[in-house]
Amino acid sequence: MKKVEVLGTGCKKCVTTAEQLEAVAGELGIEVAVEKVTDPAAIMGYKVMATPGIAIDGKLVHSGGVPDRHKIESLLTA
Amino acid sequence: MLDIFTRLADWLIYGLAGLDPASKWDSSLHFFIEDTTKIFALLVVMIFVIALARAYLDLERVRDYIQNKNRFCGYGLGASFGAITPFCSCSSIPLFLGFTSAGIPLGITMAFLFTSPIINEVAVIMLWSLLGWEFTLVYVVIGMAVGIGGGMILDALKGERWLKDFTAKAYQQASNTPQSDVPAPKAPSLSMKERHVFARNELKEIVARIWKWIIIGVGLGAALHGFVPDGWFADNLGSGQWWNVPVAVFAGLPLYSNATGVIPIMESLILKGLPVGTTLAFCMSTVAASFPEFIMLKQVMQWRLLGTIFVILLTNFMIVGWLINLLSPWLFSGFAR
Repeated sequence: MKKVEVLGTGCKKCVTTAEQLEAVAGELGIEVAVEKVTDPAAIMGYKVMATPGIAIDGKLVHSGGVPDRHKIESLLTA
Repeated sequence: MLDIFTRLADWLIYGLAGLDPASKWDSSLHFFIEDTTKIFALLVVMIFVIALARAYLDLERVRDYIQNKNRFCGYGLGASFGAITPFCSCSSIPLFLGFTSAGIPLGITMAFLFTSPIINEVAVIMLWSLLGWEFTLVYVVIGMAVGIGGGMILDALKGERWLKDFTAKAYQQASNTPQSDVPAPKAPSLSMKERHVFARNELKEIVARIWKWIIIGVGLGAALHGFVPDGWFADNLGSGQWWNVPVAVFAGLPLYSNATGVIPIMESLILKGLPVGTTLAFCMSTVAASFPEFIMLKQVMQWRLLGTIFVILLTNFMIVGWLINLLSPWLFSGFAR
């Protein structure tokens, strides 16, 4: 089970990112727990400057926009 | 070159639809069609070209660049990067934290955040096409000045006293430990194809975000244009008494819009004889001082700081309004009355 955190203060892009992550993970049959992190201190902890950001198992893997499908696949399978 | 849009609107309205050029509906419709076609055509071309050139300016590199500069360059740089960096308002919190935890002074970070909503490529393109380059230049200079001035005042007041605890701590830590000379992350070098993909996505995203604003803005501008008689502002608001400017600033406050929605309205207001400075003050207040964004910043700062920033911004808008009204006979001999 991968722990996927979507970092962002709660704008629409972050919601979209979380939904797409879940959708793609579902299709690939990967078990994930997607969680939205909105606490500024936590986001600062990851040193993200442009949201939405994505952290998988506590490691920042993406920041600065809604990732496209291709990118999500490679993040989840990495 | 831009009159093809006037002619297109002429042809559609007077030719195809056969409307009477003297009616109110008609001049509104003409304004609407001319401006929407012009704006969309220019935006599509320019956003793509600019995105190609800019792929890919990232915030981390901007931060590292500002961090290593002296304080006084810092304000100017903060405001300049605020103007050219593509930036969505929902990123203002992480950006604020990223800058602050790198030890960048509060005033410089705020110069970036003040300027960012006022100046962006969309606003510049629209101003240029609707109001001409002199006006655009004045707008950009003022936008930067508001940002730089706001940032300096904030630092002079030692605004960092009123950050939230965790932000203040991060800032202290960064300013006390000398920054190691970690080189800025290397720019990802993009192939021409990747640049095109980036530019296309950028175009799609920006147009998807702003098309409604353009329609609403131009619609309101068109209504003003057709239905408010020429000289109405001069007759009813007086031509440029000092209190017009604060009234305009406060009138702009509850209106939450971005530059895209407000610029077509500015065009109409100016054409109807509202003084340029008053119009600019109204526009900046609508664009840069919006409650939703202020409430967001509450997460990282105390009410006191938020209130201070608010007062500084409003004061700056008023100064801008008065100053431009005073100077406008020399600045815009073309259309200022």
